[in-house]
Amino acid sequence: MSLLEMKQVQAYYGGIHALKGIDLAVEEGEIVSLIGSNGAGKSTTLKAICGQVKTKGTISFAGKEIQAQPPHATALSGIAHVPEGRRIFPKLTVKENLEMGAFSVRDKKVIRERIERAFAHFPRLKERYHQQGGTMSGGEQQMLAIARAMMMKPRILLLDEPSMGLAPVMVDQIFEIIEELNREGTTILLVEQNAYQALQIASRGYVIQTGEIIMQDSARALLHSELVKEAYLA
Amino acid sequence: MLSSILSSLPQVLIDGLALGAIYAVVALGYTMVYGILELINFAHGEVFMTGAFVGTATLFIFDDAGFLSSAPGWIVYFLVILISMIITGLLGVLIERIAYRPLRRAPKLISLISAIGVSFVLQDLIRFIAELITGNYIVSGISLFRGTFELGTSSLSSTFNDSFVKNNTFIIIGVAILLMLALDLFVNRTKWGVAMRAVAQDRETASLMSINVNKVIVLTFFIGSALGGATGVLFAQQYGTIDPYIGYILGLKAFTAAVLGGIGNIRGAMFGGLAIGLLEMFASANLGLITHGNFGSEYKDVFAFAILILVLIFKPEGLFGRAVKEKV
Repeated sequence: MSLLEMKQVQAYYGGIHALKGIDLAVEEGEIVSLIGSNGAGKSTTLKAICGQVKTKGTISFAGKEIQAQPPHATALSGIAHVPEGRRIFPKLTVKENLEMGAFSVRDKKVIRERIERAFAHFPRLKERYHQQGGTMSGGEQQMLAIARAMMMKPRILLLDEPSMGLAPVMVDQIFEIIEELNREGTTILLVEQNAYQALQIASRGYVIQTGEIIMQDSARALLHSELVKEAYLA
Repeated sequence: MLSSILSSLPQVLIDGLALGAIYAVVALGYTMVYGILELINFAHGEVFMTGAFVGTATLFIFDDAGFLSSAPGWIVYFLVILISMIITGLLGVLIERIAYRPLRRAPKLISLISAIGVSFVLQDLIRFIAELITGNYIVSGISLFRGTFELGTSSLSSTFNDSFVKNNTFIIIGVAILLMLALDLFVNRTKWGVAMRAVAQDRETASLMSINVNKVIVLTFFIGSALGGATGVLFAQQYGTIDPYIGYILGLKAFTAAVLGGIGNIRGAMFGGLAIGLLEMFASANLGLITHGNFGSEYKDVFAFAILILVLIFKPEGLFGRAVKEKV
């Protein structure tokens, strides 16, 4: 049984038939990349998993159907989502942002430990601890968004375009961290326009086009496929 | 002229502070709900009015039960405020559930009209109940701390006269400060308070943090309305007589205070309330003097609304608000 499984998932988003029957599965411990061009339905796929858009079809997580759940319940069941554009809370401090990530955790000691762990991954956040999130650079905000999502100790981390708008050095750093989080046991579903880097760290990949999965294979095979090369790696 | 303005200044400051404290706490209710839902809860003035009636009714009940003669006044005062806060808090939650939640995805104007509808319903409902029970919708309540206190402000400087302050004025200022401090602590130091700010900044993302957004909205309405209700009790104690329409003008002025401070900004609302209260009291005391009797204190209301218009024209984001760029 896959950790996360989408079967024939359809979604309408702003009057557009954004997903036309998505079949996708993520196994425990994997990094799976979902690549495709702008407007292909990548973000909508993640939003569908989180319950942020209305869907048809079934989405199951750890053996439980979650498609009818409200977003906060889905988060509680262990799915963390780093949304497109980072969406940190700009007027909350770094500390408060992290605490919100651990909203479901009652034990203050556990929260403290997880903040320490976030500092280990992202030393910059320690320097910025009492600063408002909105005053940080794009790269720092992306780090905060990932750290915030990790505060709930999710079983799966959904990442929506984490490299968007970042300097190349920062992009490399973010991808390194994603691999590191995966080595520590977090399953990852990564949505990216930056197909080359996304496939390099992934074990498997899906290619989405106008709301449909048009290809799926091991990441290595996708990297060498003519179609992917032409359309997304050029 | 200047000397007589100066001589009444301590009195004006204290009374203005009390009035401003009332505006400030009511303004919090507007600003909190706006912060979260971008909805101007025009029924909030009526929640304040309901609080005044609930407090007055509670005192009548206590009196009938003989509780007033046996318990110390401050305990009674505390209980009345508490009961009124709980009932108005629940009323706020009910209003959200019935009048706003079904319209959450509708255009903002629709919710606004719904809010005005709730205002009228509450005015008439309270009027109906009051008339049913007392035979009149204008109700004179029981005052708990009736006395006046003579403040020797003339000893500070010979330009000042002594001030005469109702005991209740001190209570208003004290309770309002306590409520504002409590809210400030709640919003900045507690998990649910921070969650409230998170929801205000980005509702969608907050739900990804496993924050139940509806719960936060309900909590916001409860707290905002309870603050309004508590102020209603203070108001009823100060003026003795209440009617179902006291929430209208007062609500508008408190709303002005919220706009002045930057709507959505909690500390801004506190500042805005105090500023408008002080200005209004100053105008009420000195307008006749300054204009040589051409305009009397009945023109004091002009100031709050003149401020509203000026703020909306020149600094629509308010004194403490940040200009919001419309996202395309």
